[in-house]
Amino acid sequence: MASKKTTAKKNAGKSTRRPSGNTGTPVKKAAARPLLKKALAGSLVIRAGASARKTGAQSIAPDHSPRAAPGALTAPRALKAVATSGDLQDRIEQFLFRQSELLDNKLWQDYIDLFADDGVYWMPALPEQTEWEGSASIFAEDKLLMSVRMGRVTHPNAWSQAPMWATNHVVGNVVIESETGKEVVVRSRFHMMELRRDNMRHFGGTYRHTLVKHGGGFRIKLQRVDLFNGQAPFDYVLQVWV
Amino acid sequence: MQLTPEKMVEPDRVHRLAYTSQEVFDLEISNIFEKVWVYCGHESQVKNTGDYATLQIGRQPMVMVRGKDAQVRVLYNRCPHRGVQLCGGLKGNTGNNFVCSYHAWSFHLDGKLESMPLQKGYDGTRLTRDNPDCHMKAAPRVASYRGFVFASLAAGGPSLLEFLGESKVAFDDMCDRAPEGEVEVVPVCHRVVQHSNWKFFMENQLDSLHPSVTHQSTGVAAGRIEKQIAANGGKAPLYYHYLSTFASSFEQWDGVQTINFPRGHGVLKAYMGLRPQDPETKAYEKLMVKAYGREKTEEYLSRSIHHVLVYPYLSVQSPLQQLRVLRPLAPNKTLSEIWHFRLKGAPEAIYRRSLWYYNLVNSPATMINADDLENWTKGQWGLESTGLNWVSFHREFGRDTIDNGVTYSNKGTSEGVMRSQFKAWVEYLAEAK
Repeated sequence: MASKKTTAKKNAGKSTRRPSGNTGTPVKKAAARPLLKKALAGSLVIRAGASARKTGAQSIAPDHSPRAAPGALTAPRALKAVATSGDLQDRIEQFLFRQSELLDNKLWQDYIDLFADDGVYWMPALPEQTEWEGSASIFAEDKLLMSVRMGRVTHPNAWSQAPMWATNHVVGNVVIESETGKEVVVRSRFHMMELRRDNMRHFGGTYRHTLVKHGGGFRIKLQRVDLFNGQAPFDYVLQVWV
Repeated sequence: MQLTPEKMVEPDRVHRLAYTSQEVFDLEISNIFEKVWVYCGHESQVKNTGDYATLQIGRQPMVMVRGKDAQVRVLYNRCPHRGVQLCGGLKGNTGNNFVCSYHAWSFHLDGKLESMPLQKGYDGTRLTRDNPDCHMKAAPRVASYRGFVFASLAAGGPSLLEFLGESKVAFDDMCDRAPEGEVEVVPVCHRVVQHSNWKFFMENQLDSLHPSVTHQSTGVAAGRIEKQIAANGGKAPLYYHYLSTFASSFEQWDGVQTINFPRGHGVLKAYMGLRPQDPETKAYEKLMVKAYGREKTEEYLSRSIHHVLVYPYLSVQSPLQQLRVLRPLAPNKTLSEIWHFRLKGAPEAIYRRSLWYYNLVNSPATMINADDLENWTKGQWGLESTGLNWVSFHREFGRDTIDNGVTYSNKGTSEGVMRSQFKAWVEYLAEAK
């Protein structure tokens, strides 16, 4: 105990003496000080383009530029929109809201019934894909295949359905792209949260519905779903339409 | 380690630590994945000079790149200066060289140093151009077989063909089905993370007892619609058959033989029903006969293959031109990459037929693997429990036929598959010492 105290006292004494520039400091360090002072005193301003000769990164010829992934440099697709009556906008929005509520409430048959007889649900793998048939996709289902999916998730031995599982969709940014006597094409954005077992996942992206007028309402001829994170790794998979 | 790998594996059972221990996983990475020939990608992924694709071999970030001499190389994706990865994307084109985003060191497409800024700064140091530390490091060995590129991070060891052994039939079967004898990648890669040890996937691929249990829901649902279509006078497309087959009886699956090769590779047999006598198939077979003659065409199209395993990381479904490759991340975490291919010279209809399988079974909205993944996750949790220590592989033990180092199961559901894989596993880890 006693010796420790002594050491502490010694150290404390040393450190208090230091600021006064005591001779205990080694010679080399003392010499370094003026050099440091000098080094810090210099003033130099670097200006972009100041040098006539291009060096370093600037010396790299522009033929090295296309480092981006293919397609990333292309201009964004033109976003269509038409002015429509508030009434049509309202009816379309209600249709989209209802569709997402059917999903969140697991009313699968009612959901499938929103599709026309030749209706298709399509989630392409890549945004540049244009045809649902013949493209590598995440989902590519006509109504019969949708019935298979419904049959699967409602089967008592759909093992992956046993853990807690629920979704919550929010649909917005509804823009009508075009309207003819028979069809309406509408674009919207969605955000889906999914609870599975004890984990939450997020999915987001764009819906593009091609709707056919049917009685007083609409039926889906094609629902295209572009997941904005569709090429990111999936932590587990998607069991039902998004 | 409490138990060495040799002690973890008995002829008919395996200790759970083989699936859960971090120490075992680290050994596997350094002594298996960072040594064996690992599938990097297909040559058609990097068609043009400067095209690259990044990938992981074991723990190593690698880049596959097409050089000015048209050669495909596999390099460590790391600047020799301060370690920064040279290619930041999954794929792209790097132009005529690689340039580091940190200090502009640049490299030719073969990895050799091109320039470093203010090179005089290195005068008199030991970092001279003849120092290998100046250049991007290349995978010690790169080879390709029928367009499929592999790299090994070990300088020595068996050649690619020796490593593949009989499992090379995966690539032969796929390419032989193309009238032009080769395939081309479709540039879409689905990536799905499995929350389980990589061995769950490898075992599952040749496990014939599980389909009618695990996939009952989808098999039954697809079978019902298939019947409904027939009842309405139609003919269900082949893809209903892909799905409904999963719910076949135990007895039928028991009749599907597995062939298990040295090094853990294997084949699950079974004719996929890919020769319906519709006009499209007939047109395709005509092209095949034109290209190869009748005898070869018969040989190629009647191969009994459901899929082929290249142990320890690849499952190739050659008759449908698709594959899944594993990149193990942790004892309980495995990334799978899912690719498919077009048969060069085959009609579009033949591609579309296989595409249905890719979309319905292998996509991230799969109606099949959803239940597999659930099994493997729950399996991993079960094996992390200390409640019981052993995993049972007793089914048909001692009743397989072994001939010339190849194990033929006499029952499709024999767990000879797993016994064979673990035999190879122990050999790999024992060799390492």
